[in-house]
Amino acid sequence: MADSPTFSVQRSTPASRAALVMGLVLLALLAAAPLWAGRAELRLLIEIFYYLALAQMWNLLAGYAGLVSVGQQAYVGLGGYALFALSGFLGVPPLLAIVLAGVVAAILAVPTALVVFRLRGAYFAIGTWVVAEVYRLTMAQVSALGGGSGMSLPVDVVRSIAEGRDMREFLVYWVALGIVVLAIAVVYFLLRSRQGLALTAIRDSEPASESLGVNNYRTKFLVYVTVGFVTGIIGALIFLQKLRISPDAAFSVNDWTAFVIFIVVIGGIGRIEGPIIGVVLFFILRELFADYGTWYLMLLGAVAVLIMLRAPRGLWGLVADRFDLELFPVRRSVRLKETRPDA
Amino acid sequence: MDWLNAIVQGILLGGLYAMFATGLSLIFGVMRLVNIAHGDLIVLASFLALAVVEGFAMHPLVSLVVVVPAMAAFGYVLQRGMLNLTLGRDILPPLLVTFGLSVIIQNALLETFSADSQRLQAGALETASLTIADGFSIGVLPLIVFLAAIGIIWGLQTVFYRTALGRAFRATSDDATTARLMGIDNGHVFALAMAVALAVVAVAGVFLAIRTNFDPSIGPARLLFAFEAVIIGGLGNLWGTLVGGIILGVAQAIGAQINPGWQLLAGHIAFLVVLVIRPQGLFPKMQG
Amino acid sequence: MTPPPDTPRPATPLLETRGLEAFYGDFQALFGIDFTVGEGETVAIIGSNGAGKSTFLKSITGLIANDKDAIRYEGGAIGSLPAHRVVRLGIAMVPEGRRLFPSLSVEENLLIGATAKRRGTWTLDSVYDLFPILKERRHNPGTALSGGQQQMVAVGRALMANPRLLLCDEISLGLAPVVIKDIYAAVPRITREGTTVVVVEQDINQAMAVADRVYCFQEGRVSLEGRPGALSREQITAAYFGM
Repeated sequence: MADSPTFSVQRSTPASRAALVMGLVLLALLAAAPLWAGRAELRLLIEIFYYLALAQMWNLLAGYAGLVSVGQQAYVGLGGYALFALSGFLGVPPLLAIVLAGVVAAILAVPTALVVFRLRGAYFAIGTWVVAEVYRLTMAQVSALGGGSGMSLPVDVVRSIAEGRDMREFLVYWVALGIVVLAIAVVYFLLRSRQGLALTAIRDSEPASESLGVNNYRTKFLVYVTVGFVTGIIGALIFLQKLRISPDAAFSVNDWTAFVIFIVVIGGIGRIEGPIIGVVLFFILRELFADYGTWYLMLLGAVAVLIMLRAPRGLWGLVADRFDLELFPVRRSVRLKETRPDA
Repeated sequence: MDWLNAIVQGILLGGLYAMFATGLSLIFGVMRLVNIAHGDLIVLASFLALAVVEGFAMHPLVSLVVVVPAMAAFGYVLQRGMLNLTLGRDILPPLLVTFGLSVIIQNALLETFSADSQRLQAGALETASLTIADGFSIGVLPLIVFLAAIGIIWGLQTVFYRTALGRAFRATSDDATTARLMGIDNGHVFALAMAVALAVVAVAGVFLAIRTNFDPSIGPARLLFAFEAVIIGGLGNLWGTLVGGIILGVAQAIGAQINPGWQLLAGHIAFLVVLVIRPQGLFPKMQG
Repeated sequence: MTPPPDTPRPATPLLETRGLEAFYGDFQALFGIDFTVGEGETVAIIGSNGAGKSTFLKSITGLIANDKDAIRYEGGAIGSLPAHRVVRLGIAMVPEGRRLFPSLSVEENLLIGATAKRRGTWTLDSVYDLFPILKERRHNPGTALSGGQQQMVAVGRALMANPRLLLCDEISLGLAPVVIKDIYAAVPRITREGTTVVVVEQDINQAMAVADRVYCFQEGRVSLEGRPGALSREQITAAYFGM
């Protein structure tokens, strides 16, 4: 007479445990970068960090909540302008202003969501683009913030970040590192939570998840506003580093959406590992081909099209499906344990 | 009088916007595909017209004879060779592929023609106007565009409701699987729909090129106008799209009248207002 | 034209399947179906829900991809042909749930059935002759009719393809007995005009009444086959429920 087997619900796998160790080592190395990296390398790393963070956020929206937005540049721009307004006019310390910029972006994300959620699918995507344009055109009318030509961050604000140029660059670097870790952490812990389970259910099948009691609207709303918050923070950092903002730069579709989408698509939608692979590939391609201007952009477009047609789960998807790999353990697997029958 | 002029200009501009929107509406109606590269395809047609006009020293309107069939053929091949592969239940592939296509087209145009602003010369047509009353006149060209938009929509309605091809379009739109049981080759029908849509895009592109300065980067803005006209008018209704275009044109004209820098913003705001109070649009015939 | 009583199987089948398998992704729905139907026969397929009857018809019409040689029609291998080519060869289906096109009128629904452009006796006029009530409602939207009338449109639409083989998937579903009788009354006329008919039926009595031979499907396999007269109630029940 056999006993019924007991089971356990497990998360981590050998691969994920190994990845955790490697990740911590990498993090320590990166944190120490100001010691071993030159100024140009630090700048490059900052760029990689904020593109990776943007990609994680876009991936969360599109890959998990099914919200394909072509308007996230709205929150990058809003975050940037909020930083300039808060620290330039209200005297808020820049580093605090970065966080508050995220709050501003989140607050504006609420009415935005209420409006754009009336649309579905591809129409939702274009709707978000329209909203981003509205923000861009509106900011261009605000002469206090530089109007159409933009403004530079006031010198005294720049100086208040830290004493000495090197220290300022290091500080901005650590903030950038902190932000990308935050972005990945937000995605990771969200997916591991109950909300995350709801998200995966929504991603797999909306009607099914609704019939099980998942409140799709509220979950999506929550994710959208959260992503707006983090994206606003990222935008604030970007323009703190650039020291100058203008409507076209702040709300650029190419810079903050096209490249981000490319990164996520090539790397692999719907998995945390995807954007990491994607951002590496993106920067390699940029190093190799950016000098070719339009041909480089055409290459990016063509690669994105090819990947979508031939390997829709991206490069990481190809690898992960083949070897059933998951480095960030968000799945739950049921492991059956055989129990010995009573003698 | 200024205001009356502005509003009439807006109405006629709406005809051009409706022309932008018609192709988008048609494609969504038949195969639920939203083509992010739609605006860039309009600009592609504009540049194609430029090349033809400069190469053969013909009048821009005559270039339609070349541009329309060329774009239609391109549409057929594009749909059959690439976009058909993206259709299915997932919304991401068509969106992302057409997004990639948009980037490719913009940069290909940039590479071929440079970023310089261009304009097609249509001679006397550009400045000719009809004087209706004292101080009130209508440009002939905008009027032609508006009438062409009406003609195109009327033509498409005829195809849709009175021909076998139109029947096939409607059936495939209703139920693509059962359409196959009737002997309809969906791949071919979708490609024909795209060919028709790009033929309309070709006309829109030529008129755009005559009316305004154009360059490779103006595609996305045209996509937004087309999209707004479709949403305001209501999905699945071509005449509704005309109304949507007119509303958008009038909103922009009013905005421009108040302050030239507010033209685009006024249009977008009008769209958002409609989206909030009547999200299904004014005359919807189908679900999004 | 029914085969003589002592030959249970037709010599040269119009359609036959050998070891037909069908999958929905990883899920296997059919496990090796052997099936034949000869010209002029009327064959019924019965079985409970999920037995694979509709899957079988979808395989024949090309909506589901199968092994090329598993389905032979008029001697040719058609298993991997896409649906729109199968219709052109002369196999038409009345789909489960009727599936009329809501954007098309009754007449347009019928006309679209003729997309395959096959010549034969079935035209708008002859379909209206078969189902006179449709002529009155020809310009109504396809879905504005009663269930029974919609079923007539669906059958008429399939006939417009002038098929040699007509497949009917659960045409009695959701209809009142009186209406079902009316529709099945059309079947002899259809076979008389030279079309072979295969019906999938939940209503066993109706199936036995109209068919020359009956197959019973159970969980993706053929559990019983024979002529209605030669099968007992017990045999059928056992085959139906897999006992």
